Amino acid sequence: MPFMTATATSGLPDVSGSAFNLRSFLHGLPGVDKVGVEARAAALGTRSVKTTAKAAAIDLAIRMVDLTTLEGADTPGKVRALSAKALRPDPADPSCPSVAAICVYPAMVPVAAEVLAGSGVHLASVATAFPSGQAPLEVKLADTRDAVAGGADEIDMVISRGAFLSGRYDFVFDEIVAVKQACGSAHLKVILETGELGTYDNVRRASWLAMHAGADFIKTSTGKVPVAATLPVTLVMLEAVRDFRAQTGRQVGVKPAGGIRTTKDAIKYLVLINETVGTDWLDPDWFRFGASSLLNDLLMQRTKLTTGHYAGPDYFTLD
Amino acid sequence: MSLFEYAPAPESRSVVDIAPSYGLFIDGAFVPASASGSVFKTVNPASEEVLAEVASAGVEDVDRAVAAARRAFGPWSALPGAERAKYLFRIARIVQERARELAVLESLDNGKPIKESRDVDVPLVAAHFFYYAGWADKLKYAGFGPDPRPLGVAAQVIPWNFPLLMLAWKIAPALAAGNTVVLKPAETTPLSALFFADICQQAELPPGVVNIITGAGETGRALVEHPDVNKVAFTGSTEVGRQIARSVAGTRKRLTLELGGKAANIVFDDAPIDQAVEGIVNGIFFNQGHVCCAGSRLLVQESAYDTVLAALKRRMATLRVGDPLDKNTDVGAINSAAQLARIRELSEIGAEEGAERWSPPCELPSQGYWFAPTIFTGVTQAHRIAREEIFGPVLSVLTFRTPDEAIEKANNTPYGLSAGIWTEKGSLMLAMADKLRAGVVWANTFNKFDPTSPFGGYKESGYGREGGRHGLEAYLA
Repeated sequence: MPFMTATATSGLPDVSGSAFNLRSFLHGLPGVDKVGVEARAAALGTRSVKTTAKAAAIDLAIRMVDLTTLEGADTPGKVRALSAKALRPDPADPSCPSVAAICVYPAMVPVAAEVLAGSGVHLASVATAFPSGQAPLEVKLADTRDAVAGGADEIDMVISRGAFLSGRYDFVFDEIVAVKQACGSAHLKVILETGELGTYDNVRRASWLAMHAGADFIKTSTGKVPVAATLPVTLVMLEAVRDFRAQTGRQVGVKPAGGIRTTKDAIKYLVLINETVGTDWLDPDWFRFGASSLLNDLLMQRTKLTTGHYAGPDYFTLD
Repeated sequence: MSLFEYAPAPESRSVVDIAPSYGLFIDGAFVPASASGSVFKTVNPASEEVLAEVASAGVEDVDRAVAAARRAFGPWSALPGAERAKYLFRIARIVQERARELAVLESLDNGKPIKESRDVDVPLVAAHFFYYAGWADKLKYAGFGPDPRPLGVAAQVIPWNFPLLMLAWKIAPALAAGNTVVLKPAETTPLSALFFADICQQAELPPGVVNIITGAGETGRALVEHPDVNKVAFTGSTEVGRQIARSVAGTRKRLTLELGGKAANIVFDDAPIDQAVEGIVNGIFFNQGHVCCAGSRLLVQESAYDTVLAALKRRMATLRVGDPLDKNTDVGAINSAAQLARIRELSEIGAEEGAERWSPPCELPSQGYWFAPTIFTGVTQAHRIAREEIFGPVLSVLTFRTPDEAIEKANNTPYGLSAGIWTEKGSLMLAMADKLRAGVVWANTFNKFDPTSPFGGYKESGYGREGGRHGLEAYLA
């Protein structure tokens, strides 16, 4: 597979003409100071979002949820139930918006597709030998094509972290380009698995690598390793999509996934977007939460804001 | 209007109970000013509302306060260090218990955002007392001789930018070392010191160990010139510092001065840009730029100038200026009408001298004293805004080409309080730090304070150190 060579008209710098160019480009990005980025994320985490702002934030967060089940024990019954919940998260309140998408394994895609058909709720499938990514390219591409054929309009792929960490950026780049091709019209989210990348510098490099290779979204984590989405990692990725758009004109979305369980957490992410990349990204087309238990907490807080009291967990559906 | 506008999130004022009037705290009790004194009003700079009437100490009151401190000195200095430590630990704990009250009070009287008084000022106040409490019984091992002795009565005059924190920097080491103090807070921000007097009562500190006298410059002059004072510690402007140095000259008084600054914040082209921009913002807009160690001169390597300036302007547009008590406010009110006039004057001079002025669009409240975050570009060493301390949210941007040029420009100032370096290259960082004539050099951070770390200036930024083991030296003989 030849490298995708940028042309003068695309506005892209020629990052991929050779392995050397790609490496020079990624290592030429400004560094990330760990202490500084963590302090900034923590400071933004202290914003106080109350009353009307909180109500708006909760509805927006619900609309951004990629409601996820990625278990070996997933069955058609489980996926149908979750898809129904995606459409009507709060059966008691028709004003409650639907979530952005359902996220499942490829085998479950046809089941979810049936329930979601025509609803506007997207259907995302993990692919490319999720979660490890340790499979031959042909297997990854077949995995992707199957998911798309089954009805997925969004593909969440994993990068080969082993290749990335050993400095074979061109290998990772080519894989993303190939998967993007296999996606056809489906949107491609590239999972960096930031918990395995080890440094914020690597997160920034992997973000730029994925964006230049054609990612529509960059996503933090599979949810299958101990460290998943964090505020500072998401901040670094938001800075990357902001700078990438300024440089190339193309907007890329961001999806933190794993470990975001409470409304309070979700609002911190929205504050991060608001004050880092601005309102252009405050939209389900450009920001998603990969989460499962988050939704019920959002619903509980939403009910609390409208009724003035907390309803018990039995009032929210468990799917 | 942005899509995600934060609703107002004001901290409650009801946690603090401000009395209509306050006397002087002398010999463990609040007393009215004598006939030689008078009263003045302290206002909330965000609204110009009068918060309280405060006694202004006259010469007789100063005399009484110094006499009370003198009487208390014998027994206080004779206490075993571990006993003095108990009082300091107690004060530290009461500060923590009353943290919310003190934070709201400080924001009301000073105009600083509640997030700063809550997350920076008050926690550091408690930390200072905890830290020096630990030294009180270990003075023999501090490196100042086998049997260091306290000096006696310390006259301390503090500024309005960090009222309670500067009080802690002064009082905690003085008391730990066995001195007694008479402290004068700034005229525009007397309240937190008076609340601290209440904390001293609550902690059952022996009468006379801490005396707080309020008033303006004349009160301060009477205090530092009082013949029975053994030590003078002053934080404030270089101009007043000079007067004090003159008045103390020829006496046996010991003197430490922490004065102005015009710190260079140096950004190299290999800096972590996003964090450097945070550091620039924190360096100059923290506490409305009312910081003696503020990074008020930004030195950017020319090869990174466009990138840094674009990022800085973008970031400045997100600063939230307004009600200091709103938890989401980043930049509060200018402390006084006089300070606002000074900032305006120097900014106008900057524009007249040809520097390019820029502020993000921001709506300022109609009442109170406000100044939008401002940067000047195209500034050279010859501009007054590159030389004089503005003490406000105004940043002068200069450029350099090489590390040597950065050093030359950074050191080309009568001041020398602090400096900042931003680079990913450790060797460059260390080489720069070696050559910068500044008391504090921050690398890839700015405006970080810790009670264990000494703080103080070179040249016209003063002498003596506060904080850390070094801070004890100013109170021991």
